[in-house]
Order: sequence, then C-alpha cells, then structure tokens
Amino acid sequence: MVKDGCAHVKPAAATDLSVFLLVTWSLWWQTGHEDHVGPDPPRSESNCLLRVQEVSVALKQGQVTPTELCQRCLSLIKKTKFLNAYITVSEEVALKQAEEAEKRYKKGHSLGDLDGIPIAVKDNFSTSGIETTCASNMLKGYVPPYNATVVQKLLDQGALLMGKTNLDEFAMGSGSTDGIFGPVKNPWSYSKQYREKRKQNSHSENEDSNWLITGGSSGGSAAAVSAFTCFAALGSDTGGSTRNPAAHCGVVGLKPSYGLVSRHGLIPLVNSMDVPGILTRCVDDAATVLGILAGHDPKDSTTIQDPVKPFTLPSLTDVSKLCIGIPKEYLTPELSSEVHSLWSKAANLFESEGAKVIEVSLPHTSYSIVCYHVLCTSEVASNMARFDGLEYGHRCDSSVSTEAMYAATRREGFNDVVRGRILSGNFFLLKENYENYFVKAQKVRRLIANDFVNVFNSGVDVLLTPTTLSEAVPYTEFIKEDNRTRSAQDDIFTQAVNMAGLPAVSVPMALSTQGLPIGLQFIGRAFCDQQLLTVAKWFEKQVQFPVIQLQELMDDCSSVFENEKLASVSLK
Amino acid sequence: MSVQASPTLFMASASAAVAALSDVITFKRVARLGEDALRRPTGSEMWARAVHLCLRAAARGRRGFTSKADPQGSGRVTGELIQHLERLSLVDFGSQEAVARLEKAIAFADRLRAVNTDGVEPMESVLEDRCLYLRSDNVVEGNCAEELLQNSHRVVEEYFVAPPGNISWSKLDEKQPFPHH
Repeated sequence: MVKDGCAHVKPAAATDLSVFLLVTWSLWWQTGHEDHVGPDPPRSESNCLLRVQEVSVALKQGQVTPTELCQRCLSLIKKTKFLNAYITVSEEVALKQAEEAEKRYKKGHSLGDLDGIPIAVKDNFSTSGIETTCASNMLKGYVPPYNATVVQKLLDQGALLMGKTNLDEFAMGSGSTDGIFGPVKNPWSYSKQYREKRKQNSHSENEDSNWLITGGSSGGSAAAVSAFTCFAALGSDTGGSTRNPAAHCGVVGLKPSYGLVSRHGLIPLVNSMDVPGILTRCVDDAATVLGILAGHDPKDSTTIQDPVKPFTLPSLTDVSKLCIGIPKEYLTPELSSEVHSLWSKAANLFESEGAKVIEVSLPHTSYSIVCYHVLCTSEVASNMARFDGLEYGHRCDSSVSTEAMYAATRREGFNDVVRGRILSGNFFLLKENYENYFVKAQKVRRLIANDFVNVFNSGVDVLLTPTTLSEAVPYTEFIKEDNRTRSAQDDIFTQAVNMAGLPAVSVPMALSTQGLPIGLQFIGRAFCDQQLLTVAKWFEKQVQFPVIQLQELMDDCSSVFENEKLASVSLK
Repeated sequence: MSVQASPTLFMASASAAVAALSDVITFKRVARLGEDALRRPTGSEMWARAVHLCLRAAARGRRGFTSKADPQGSGRVTGELIQHLERLSLVDFGSQEAVARLEKAIAFADRLRAVNTDGVEPMESVLEDRCLYLRSDNVVEGNCAEELLQNSHRVVEEYFVAPPGNISWSKLDEKQPFPHH
C-alpha cells in the first residue's frame, strides 16, 4: 500500500473532512512514522480517502456523501487557486451531479466505482455546455455541443466533473507554461518536504518567486490530482504530455495503448499518436479509470474492435518470472545523477526480488526525437487548418476576403508556439520536402517501432526507463529556452512510446535531495496494459512514495488543528 | 504578403474556381471551396500564383525577413519560401525570431538524413496490421443546426457568413505590418 496518511472517517461525519485529512497526515509525519503501513488494512477498520477504491466504499457505506466530497474538493480548489490548475471550475454542474449521485446511493443503486467521485478533465477535451478553450485565444468562449467519448463514459459512471484543467496552448509544450491563462504551478513548490530542504540550504528569497513548473502539457490535471482537488484527471499524451507532469507532480500518469481509448472529442494534435491519458494518485485508480474508458467507439475508427472488460489488478507477490529490460541508449549525458541513481536502484530492486533484469538496445533512440518533431509538426499543420473562425472559435473583425479573414483570425488566435509548429510542419509537407522529411520520418518511425517489437520478442515483458531528465525545475529556469528546445529535451524518454503506440506509465518513486518527486516509466507491449499496470502496482508498493505535505492548506486550518488533535489521535 | 495582382490575370483564374463573383454573402460551401483551393491549389491557381510571385519580385526587397542575416541560417529559408509558407499556412511568421526558429527546426530535422532507411516502408499508423471498420451508413444523430450555429460569430438565418472568397489575400492591401506578439 502506498505510504499515505489515512483519514479515519467518523461515521457521524460531524467534523470537517478536509481538516481531518490534513490533520492526521501531519500527526503521522510529526510522530516520525517511518515504517510503511503494511498490507491493505481491512476495510472495516480504516477508510483511506485518497484512493478511488476506498472512497467508493465509504460512499456506499454512507460514511461520506457525494455532496460532502464535492464541497470539500470545491473548497480545496478555491484554496489552491494560486496553482492555476483549473481554467473553468464547473461548480454548479458538479453539485448537481453530486445531488444525483447521492440519490442513487440512498437507493443503493450506485453506478459503479466512480459514482460520486470528483474528477477533472484537461481543457482540450470537448465538454458539452462547458467552455473548452485548449488554453488558446482561438477557442476562447467556445462551448462544444457534445461530450468527448471519454468524458461521456466518466459521466455515465456518475463521476463529478469538477472542472477543466490548464495546459500548454493546444497541448504543445512540456511545461504547462504557454497557455493564455498563464502557467500552472507545481503543488510541490509549496510542500513541506521541498520547503524544509530549501530552508536547510538557507535560501532566503521570497518563497513564491521561485515556484516550480508542473511539466506538461497536462500540468493542470497533474496539479489538480496532486493537490487533492480531485481523485482522477484526464490528460492527453502525444509525446509524453501525461507522463511528464505526472513525474514532476508525484502522481501516476498512464498512457494507454494507442487504439484502446477513444479519441473522439479530444481536440487533435497528432492523430497517429494522441491518446487520452489518465492521472491518479495510485496505480489501482488508474486501472479502474482505464477499465471504464477502454473499448471500441464507433465514433473513433482508430479504436480496436477487440472486446475490453474492466479489470482489477492482481497483487503480484512473485516477480521471478518477469523480465525487465533496461534500454541502454536511454542513459544520456543530460540525465541527472539523481534520476540515474534512482533508475539503478529500481533495477536492483527488481533483481533482488528475483526478476530477470537485462540490458536491451533500442538502436534508433537518438533519432526518435527528430522523427517525432517532423511527424508532430506535420500533423499539427494539418490539424490546425480547421481553425478559420468561420464555424466556431475566434473570428477577427476583418471581412475583406475569406483568406484575409482566415489569416487575421489565425494570427490573433494562435500563439508563437502553435504558429511556429504550423509553419515548420508545412515546410516539411512541401512538395520538394515531402519525401526527404515527412516520408523519411515515417520510415524512421517504422524502425523505431520495430526496435520495440524486437526487444519485446526477445522475452522482455516490461521496459524500465526514467520519465524525465531531472526533477521539476523553477519556472524562471525553464523559460530561458524556447518551447521547441524544451520539448525536444524533455520528451526524450517519452515520445518514442507514442510513435510505437505502446502503453506506458510513470510511477513516482522517491523524493530527490531537494524534496521533489522523481518518477520512473514502465513501457509495456501493445495492448498489454493490464500486465504493465500489474508490474507498476508491485513497484509502487515496494517504493512507498510519500504523500505531499501541503503547507499552505495546513496553515489555513491551523486554528482548527488544536481542537481536532485529540479527536484524531483517539481514532488511531 | 502576396502580390498586388493584375486584376485581369487573377479574375481569369478566379472565375474558373468560383461561381458567384459579386455576392457579399456567400454560402458556406463556397467558403469551403476557397479553403480547399488553399490546400490543394488548382492548376489555374498555381499558374496564377507563379505569375504573382514573378510580379512580386520587384516588391520583394520591401520584405525584411529573410534568413540571410541570420548567422545560424543555412540560407534555406528565403524570402520566397517565407511567403509561400505563409500563404499555405495562413499564419505569419511575425518576427525575425520566428524565421530563426524555423531554420533551427529544419537543421534539427536534417539529422534524419543520417539514418539508413533503404527498403523500409513508411509507417502511417501503428494499427496498420488491423482493419479499420466504418460505421454503417445510418443516420442516428443530427438535427442540431441551431446548436451548431450558436458557436459562430456571424450567422444569417441558417447560414454561416463568410467574406467573399474570390479575392486574393494581399497583406499590402490591408496595410498591416507584422504584429510583434
């Protein structure tokens, strides 16, 4: 079980729920609770309210109501507004959904594990009646008339939609810094773990000026999950956009196999690589959400027809039959020594538990980022052509001619990053360049995909790699380089997976010497998501990643802390 | 960006592509036609464009954005290419930095030349070994014209309103310099 502070919920529910969560965590931290909690405690004794499974049980048993849960998350969203994780908070919608969920629970007819559970959705998924902007002026004020399939599936299960989360404009970026609503701040910037380390290093400057990025482009979703404002969030993953912020924010980020989850309603970036991503606080939750989202969608012809059923992950105890591959080309000079040492530690962990750990080779790794760059910009150039201001979205004032109107609309609507990619993409698609760049990149893509196939055919079950080059960096550091350079650097471990369409998951492993999360990535065979998550779950249990201690929120509740201390101690 | 066309030259090609010449309100499909023509120029339009570019040659000196001044540039991003890309993409570079970024992007992409891809087929989709199925051709949803029209800024009755589609895009006409974002 993940080492986390369990909130012990009093059946009478007389006290403030969020205060309970924070109070008990702080007590556990202060008493130097070092030992891991052990195997999952019996449900009757404790209800951890960090995970979907446990909340679901609490809801079914009436220990907490969906409306309470919704109110707590809404209040946490308000308290963490400075993180800028949300673009739109759909308060009324969420409360209405909570009311309906409550009625269902009272009758004993819950829709499933996600009924009444707050979730957030990245703002490039269409949500009916709720503004969907992709953090761009081009779609500011755009209200889609339909729900994306994945959103609809979550709503059909009774999940409460808290809001739409912030991202890089049109999901282009690796920092969640380039949207029109401003950058997203990493909750770990305000964590006790990070701040204590900074005090030790006697950094006396204003604490808020050096806040850290969340990574991107699904930074808002990652921050929302990390700061407890929701239990799960949807992101999108084209080159690592779900896994990168997951690693920086200390949450689990899953990229399912391409073709498993419907892309209908996900505003497309790269049609051949986009996948809806899932961000949660533990691997079991990711599996729960995947079980709901996976499956053929008649509205998305790129989803496979094979039947998919929701699944629960087995608790693996014996890894001796596993073969873990370590791609040697992923050991790059830019990799930070801390991430490298954690990567080695993880490999040794598997080996010490009996798994076979071998070094493998993905020979075309050094070309994969270039290939991705060409294919991505080319597909982006095509996909962005639909934004002309005529049927939806921003429209300029000029009405001299259609072309002038399109040009002015697009100039006003897109930021530099998007325009840059469109222009690069169109360069690679020019007749004289098509063969040498675009088709060449497609050929290199096949070579890269074949690299993975060869490795998996040689008996490897799962690959283990770093997710990011280092821990989250301060914003002031990040913006020193432009978006394209940063993306090329930060996507290095993640984008090859998108090109091959494989499933991958980033699992937080440990805190760095600065007190910031570092995650590792597991890559599985195509459509073997369940197996991948099983291995990830085992790993998560072994490493016992600590819960974030959010100082800001605790300060707010300090006055109530005194009163609750005795009450919460007695529950232990 | 593009040329101050000779009216007779342009009209000759435009009339072949577009039916209504004088209507202010065009049907959406006409706007779409203009859009399609942008993506896949017809023979006559390409001819017209070639002529335009020749006519433009004299005016080219006015444009400040070429890569020749850029020390990192390979000189591949010429003024002509800039105009061409802007015309195709209907987005503008906006600044010299943007041109420099394109240069860097091209230089980055050039690394692909080092890979030997003899005999390798291009990969379009990772699901290439599976069949993609089409839905059966039955109407199961729709009738939401009102909802869809609400999202547009200019609508007249049931039509999306577009400006005339038979006018070549010319930045000089609009007298708009590149805005610096």
